[in-house]
Amino acid sequence: MRRIRVIIAKPGLDGHDRGAKVIARALRDAGMEVIYTGLRQTPEQIASAALQEDADVVGLSILSGAHMHICPRLMELLKEKGLEHVQVVVGGIIPDVDAPKLKAMGISGIFLPGSPMQNIIDFINQRVQPRAEAV
Amino acid sequence: MGMKSTTTDTQQPAKAAWEREVLEPALAKSPERLVSFTTISGRPIERLYTAEDVTDIKYDEDLGDPGVYPYTRGIHPTGYRGKLWTMRQFAGFGTPEETNGRYKQLLAAGGTGLSVAFDLPTLMGRDPDHPLSLGEVGKCGVNVTTLADMERLFDGISLADITTSMTINSPAPMIFAMYLVVAEQQGADWKKLSGTIQNDILKEFIAQKEYIFPPRPSMRLITDVFAFCAKEVPRWNTISVSGYHIREAGSTALQELAFTLRDGIEYVQWGIDAGLEIDDFVPRLSFFFNAHSDFFEEIAKYRAARKIWARVMRERFGAKHERSWKLRFHTQTAGVSLTAQQPYNNVVRTALQALSAVLGGTNSLHTNSLDEALSLPTAEAATLALRTQQVIAHESGITNMVDPLGGSYFVERLTLDMEEGAYRYFDTIDKMGGMVAAIEQGYPQREIAESSYLFQKAVEKKEKLIVGVNAHVEEGESPIPILYIDDRAADAQMARLLEVRSRRDAAKVAATLDALKETARGTGNTMVALLDCVRAYATVGEMCDALRDVWGEYEEVPSI
Repeated sequence: MRRIRVIIAKPGLDGHDRGAKVIARALRDAGMEVIYTGLRQTPEQIASAALQEDADVVGLSILSGAHMHICPRLMELLKEKGLEHVQVVVGGIIPDVDAPKLKAMGISGIFLPGSPMQNIIDFINQRVQPRAEAV
Repeated sequence: MGMKSTTTDTQQPAKAAWEREVLEPALAKSPERLVSFTTISGRPIERLYTAEDVTDIKYDEDLGDPGVYPYTRGIHPTGYRGKLWTMRQFAGFGTPEETNGRYKQLLAAGGTGLSVAFDLPTLMGRDPDHPLSLGEVGKCGVNVTTLADMERLFDGISLADITTSMTINSPAPMIFAMYLVVAEQQGADWKKLSGTIQNDILKEFIAQKEYIFPPRPSMRLITDVFAFCAKEVPRWNTISVSGYHIREAGSTALQELAFTLRDGIEYVQWGIDAGLEIDDFVPRLSFFFNAHSDFFEEIAKYRAARKIWARVMRERFGAKHERSWKLRFHTQTAGVSLTAQQPYNNVVRTALQALSAVLGGTNSLHTNSLDEALSLPTAEAATLALRTQQVIAHESGITNMVDPLGGSYFVERLTLDMEEGAYRYFDTIDKMGGMVAAIEQGYPQREIAESSYLFQKAVEKKEKLIVGVNAHVEEGESPIPILYIDDRAADAQMARLLEVRSRRDAAKVAATLDALKETARGTGNTMVALLDCVRAYATVGEMCDALRDVWGEYEEVPSI
């Protein structure tokens, strides 16, 4: 079985990367393979990374309020690339009123400030079926 | 510490006797709650501090009276009896008009200074129509693209009569130039203007990551501001050397203290290397610290900061003027400590943090609003945050005397330990070749990432408890009202940008931008060139692009 492969990305102009880095390390310590894209990634760059890395999960860290622009664009690009199976989770500052809209566009998990790392690890483990190692 | 130790009265240390005779029987009956007690930074704390713990501390050398070197007890002889701290609430959102309205409300509510929060496109030197600005215009702060926006931001507010702090870093010289031109339009004398620009790029590379140009040309922009202000705007604080963001990124209290002061040392060194006279520019350097939740550790941090700065300026750099030795600082309560769960608890957290800043002798203070883990604050939440400061100032009684905790065995021990820890970090960074070199090697970035991960693990294991998060959790909380920022500001700013572009003199804009590039390639002062660009209504994006052409852009190698 191959390890669950996760891309952690910081889209938009914001540089506050504490959450992204902490969660990247926590997922890695939980046995997942984690690729951190670094800062200021466009939805196009994130979707390409998901394809190239054959990711199971894309985790976005967004604190700036730009989620209602970034998420729809990313979901559209993932669909275009045939990556509907990729679980997309968002962590950061997301107003309650936006959560149903994000879920409706296919975001599978939303984690607000104070979410325990273990909840995020469990969520991913439940959602992603381990795959056989590619030959 | 000039306090008589009880050890002289008996043959054995009093603390050891107390431990044997009083403590041990008590522990045998009922053990303590935890095996070890630590601060939020993970620093071990002993059960009891007595005179025996401060025998190495000498009052005159280590504390000094208020207003006396090394200023551990404060830079003012009268503390807050003379003048309270400036209550400066950071605010900005949407369009310049909307933010202007919030400022007028804060001033009417008794706020005594303004503090401008800019949106991410402004902070990153991008115009609203740049692809990376998608969804970001007016969200985290106010959008200011050209002089026309700055004119509206301060419409009806006399810049000669207030002090303004502007949280802007990479494009600080551009935004400051706009402010100066608005002051000029109002007929205000630059020589009398007072306020602060953050202008601290080192902590951007270390923590907040809002950088544009590589470190070395970024430092040139900053020393150009130092030189320009020393002549033209002498009462302006040219930099606010910031630990706030370092702490928010997950550092310990000690790392915040050490990296911030070492950044300050770096700016002083670069200023001297650029040919400036130390006592001409150092008095205009100010600092900005976090007020986190561990009450006494924070107080010790502020007291140690004043002492270290005084000593370093006088002994390491040979500064002659007392004003160069005195560390002045702004404090903001810890945004990162606010929880989305049970948000009203945040009022209590903020009040305690603010209290530590006041007991530490802060010169100005921002208190966060209860809703900031969810969104930018509503007007009601922002007012309550300001009221929190007013209650401390007028009702608590702690402003009646100077440095009330001076002489506390615990606070003095912790203050000295923080100082010694900071000097150890200085040695490490000096050996790397200074802070710019240390940043290029990723050293402070790694230290902070490590600390933030350790803290998060301690929270997961419930070694550190956060009420509402991993202790006393409630299910089914009812939501509180929040400020929702829609895209109208983005549309309005886009329309305004088009309007400014159509009415300005395009040839003049191009000529001033070319002159800016020439200055950047040479050794002239970039502030002078930027003022010309601003008067021609060049945009923040255009001015930054001109410098990107000359200096390139910085890119961090991602690592976890």
